[in-house]
Amino acid sequence: MKPFAPQPDHSRRRFVGQAGAAAAMLTLAPGVSLIDLARAKSDDMPVSADTRWGMLVDATKCAEGCTDCVDACNDEHGLNTSDRPELDAQYIRKLDLRDRKTGKTYSLPMLCQHCETAPCVDVCPTGASFRRADGIVLVDKHICIGCRYCMMACPYKARSFVHENLTDQVPITPRGKGTVESCTFCVHRVDRGREPACVEACTQAGHNALIFGEMSDPQSNISVTAQKIATRQIRADLRLNTGVRYHGI
Amino acid sequence: MASNGGERFNLLSGSGLRFPLVVGALLVLVVLGYAAAHYMEIEGHHVTGMTNQIVWGTPHVFAVFLIIAASGALNVASLASVFGISRYKPLARISGLLAIALLAGGLVVLVLDLGRPERLIVAMTYYNFKSIFAWNIFLYIGFFLVAAVYLWMHFEPRMRDYIKPVGIGAFVWRIVLTTGTGSIFGFLVARQAYDAAIMAPLFIVMSLVFGTAVFLLFALAVFRWSGRELDTDVVTKLANLLGVFVAASLYLTATYHLTNLYITEHHGFERFILTEGGIYTTLFWLVQVGLGGLLVFAVLWTPLIGAPRRKAVAASVLALIGGAAQVYVIIIGGQAYPIELFPGLDVSSSFFDGVVTHYTPSLPEIGLGLGGVGLALLIALVGLRVLPFLPDRPATEAVDQPG
Repeated sequence: MKPFAPQPDHSRRRFVGQAGAAAAMLTLAPGVSLIDLARAKSDDMPVSADTRWGMLVDATKCAEGCTDCVDACNDEHGLNTSDRPELDAQYIRKLDLRDRKTGKTYSLPMLCQHCETAPCVDVCPTGASFRRADGIVLVDKHICIGCRYCMMACPYKARSFVHENLTDQVPITPRGKGTVESCTFCVHRVDRGREPACVEACTQAGHNALIFGEMSDPQSNISVTAQKIATRQIRADLRLNTGVRYHGI
Repeated sequence: MASNGGERFNLLSGSGLRFPLVVGALLVLVVLGYAAAHYMEIEGHHVTGMTNQIVWGTPHVFAVFLIIAASGALNVASLASVFGISRYKPLARISGLLAIALLAGGLVVLVLDLGRPERLIVAMTYYNFKSIFAWNIFLYIGFFLVAAVYLWMHFEPRMRDYIKPVGIGAFVWRIVLTTGTGSIFGFLVARQAYDAAIMAPLFIVMSLVFGTAVFLLFALAVFRWSGRELDTDVVTKLANLLGVFVAASLYLTATYHLTNLYITEHHGFERFILTEGGIYTTLFWLVQVGLGGLLVFAVLWTPLIGAPRRKAVAASVLALIGGAAQVYVIIIGGQAYPIELFPGLDVSSSFFDGVVTHYTPSLPEIGLGLGGVGLALLIALVGLRVLPFLPDRPATEAVDQPG
């Protein structure tokens, strides 16, 4: 059974037979699977629509006050905080929720949901906001004109605008004043067969609240887990088929 | 001097200091506006009041106001050329000029507020046709062309027969253009304030209000300046038309809010705008509905002010003040209300989720906006100086001529 519908066609699944596949099937720890190593690709290899990357957030394991994922993201992408927090870029942030009727509280990370039909991609006049074939939504900083229409359109408030000149940027995340940015699913890591920094940090800290993997592969950890536990999309009413799913809310 | 079917048109003449002084003052405004934009570009948008929460600020209020006013400024041309009302025919040229000037002013503000305005060429060469923004780029450029061709038909005696068809084209184009501008907001599914088809007709009616008011003030001013007199009948009829447009705008605004009030999920937003929104609530009730609505009716249709010209000026100024408040409430107020990600849950975060966002317009933003207004007026005035836009006969005498 495929837990995430609609699914791309798997008939032309590539690459699985390459060396190391057997080892890659080994699971090192919950949430950490070497399957992703088999997905490492060389720079000249195009991404495939046979793959859809996704993330599963288990809110029951996400601790209130814990910001391990946020800290790891900020370190990975060189995001700094300033004395004007309303201007700071946040690729991932922690939300604290409280049910108005019952008083029950929840804590969970919010980030770009890497929607299949992303409103940010729809509204971008130049095509700077785009969706890779494998489902990762990115901003081409070279053709972003900084109109911020995508920020108006994102239902998840997942995008930030660079309001000032930047120094000490990290090479893997070139940023530019006057352009919009958001979570990249750590595409630089994913293309090398690694997990996003937030997922890695959450797992290393033993929370295991985040699972990253191929939603398109019924055998992947994320798909297998999603078959066992109830998951939902945030603002499912918008029918965006998000790449990030939540459990426990 | 130029003529068109018996009607004579002339330049805005005069050798005194008035023209250079006014043009000089407008130039100062334009230079200050450009300086503000340059400052924002060099420093980054942190010098403005805009944040990751209020992503569109005062420049967008100015830009949207000017752009939809441009569409509405073509009202008089449409009345003359599409609906064939003779009394407006001598004024059709000014109507076209004002439309072009206002659109230029609005677009300059919009472009100079971009994070990367130097990449305008990118926006002109890369298109995502699913984006209503991309469509608007075509609609704006097309509007310039259609309005320019319309003026050409007026200026070239051999083209007089084409005034009506081109006028109809311009009329359709401006309706589509304002539909596009309204749909920038109407197509936003993310936010409680927008995501409503009524945005398109609302913006069309707003354009009729702003455009008629700007036209009345501009025409009264330049006629007086050049020693002409705008016919009282024209002034009264246009002012009454303005009142009808204001009523239509209030009607659509009421429909928008009543629809939201019926739909439970929008109650939070309506409570915010209508009762608890602070500056937005004040602007909505006091300025948009009060000054820009009810007081306009009182000025026009009670003996509060007797003289027709004063009536028209007062009603136009009030309609514009109310309209500016309306655009501010739609754009800024709509963003200030937090996006509802989890209905029924209280949300908090370090990214200002779940809270009403504070926004204060900054000096550079206001400077840029005023620069756009200055540019629009400058283009219109210089236009009057170099091409024969001003009719030499009272409007009522102009009958039975083409266009």
